[in-house]
Amino acid sequence: MSVQPPTPHRRELMSADEIRRALSRMAHEIVEKNAGIEHVVLVGIRTRGVPIAKRIARLISEFEHNSVAVGGLDVTLYRDDHSRRVKLPAGPSDMPFDIEGQHVVLVDDVLYTGRSVRAAMDALRDYGRPRTIQLAVLIDRGHRELPIRADYVGKNIPTARSEVVEVKLLEVDGRDEVVIDKQSS
Amino acid sequence: MTATEHRPAANLEQARADRVTPVWKGRRHILDLDDWSPGEIAQVMDTALTMKSILARPIKKTPTLRGKTIVTAFYESSTRTRISFEVAAKYLGADAVNMTASASSVSKGESLLDTVRTLQAIGADIVVMRHPQSGAPWVVSERVNSSIVNGGDGWHAHPTQALLDLFTIRERLGRVAGLKVTILGDVLHSRVARSDIWGLSLLGADVTVCGPPTLLPRDWVTDPGGLPWKLRVEERIEPALEGADVVMALRLQRERMHAGLIPSIREYCRLYALNADRLKLAKTDALVMHPGPMNEGVEISPDVAHGAQSVIEEQVTNGVAIRMALLYLLSGGTARPDGE
Repeated sequence: MSVQPPTPHRRELMSADEIRRALSRMAHEIVEKNAGIEHVVLVGIRTRGVPIAKRIARLISEFEHNSVAVGGLDVTLYRDDHSRRVKLPAGPSDMPFDIEGQHVVLVDDVLYTGRSVRAAMDALRDYGRPRTIQLAVLIDRGHRELPIRADYVGKNIPTARSEVVEVKLLEVDGRDEVVIDKQSS
Repeated sequence: MTATEHRPAANLEQARADRVTPVWKGRRHILDLDDWSPGEIAQVMDTALTMKSILARPIKKTPTLRGKTIVTAFYESSTRTRISFEVAAKYLGADAVNMTASASSVSKGESLLDTVRTLQAIGADIVVMRHPQSGAPWVVSERVNSSIVNGGDGWHAHPTQALLDLFTIRERLGRVAGLKVTILGDVLHSRVARSDIWGLSLLGADVTVCGPPTLLPRDWVTDPGGLPWKLRVEERIEPALEGADVVMALRLQRERMHAGLIPSIREYCRLYALNADRLKLAKTDALVMHPGPMNEGVEISPDVAHGAQSVIEEQVTNGVAIRMALLYLLSGGTARPDGE
């Protein structure tokens, strides 16, 4: 996997270590807010939300000595801008547990307009009625178009709409980093 | 007995060469598979896999096509295809409307084109059409703005059935390339067989068709060089079934026969019916398929039709998933990457 060198327009926002520490903190916050992990399940929003959810689950199991279930949700079919977007491949969801009455923590890499999260909440509703839905994101870059906020945030990053925030993960991209590209639009 | 090897055309070879490129070409209509690439077929099947997971849920509903109107305009009777499209549209959140020719202004003499223009004016985004005349969907597709999906035209093509057959084979056997597929029976009148042969050949299967000479297209036997597929034609059932991975029986379409193409049903059964003894000639785990509706006891015996090797009901379920995938892909738009 080739690593793009930094340019005046492209800079690193989080290193691999910073990502690790942020996820560790979020894992603790999830346990603290829910007073343990009983009835807590993590649901990653595909693509990068899933490996992040798995990492958080692994961290939780390390310090709680108990495992937390992880699912994956593909929200392509629930987007509200279907006819205006490039046709994304609609992937399968993987929800190997019942969410009825559970505290579901949705996990995503970047929180931006909030439309993916809204779609995820709609999708979740087709699987059952959770007791609560919470939201964990590695990056909150602002520019919300819907009244949605995250319960657990790895890092808040003020951005311009023209900027692109890229989260790279070992499991998907071969390396861990968060970069911002100011030139792209 | 005649066994004829047909040579593949150059375009088929090219299509096989770019099999790895899964690109939906932004099609507006689905008329036949003859201009599809293997990559496109693979993309539809992959999307159908996602749709099938929706079918397994307690709440089979997504809002994906909310606001879209899909009309099924059927000029021939149908159970599977029409209901399959209607259910697929509803599961994706679209409004599905059924138009039956006998209960519409068609019975007052309205032309096909006027009917479809009316459906378009009413707001149909996609019209799924079944028509007894081959080529009817083509004629309409060139003159309206709605997307046209061929739900079966005359003896010609039934692309969505072929896609669901390919999907069923791939799901059960893990691949299509290299499999030996035998299509049995009334090939002459079968639009399913024609589309299946296109799709199977594109994905690299070895296809054998078998039936009485009167129910095989004459040019397939007499002009082997004129076909775009590599196809084996057998008039005897035993060599056709030997070593087959998939056996597909076709319905004897007596309503389309205007002359005595077979001596009698009894004779046809004796020579061509797929029964348990004959099925033993195929591989032990060979799939038994049928596009339906079946004449049980004519082209297929009941014990085979409902036996352990039969995937006939699964074909029907997979039909919904394939049609959901097609409606989803057809209702596309322009790019609007939003970075989330």
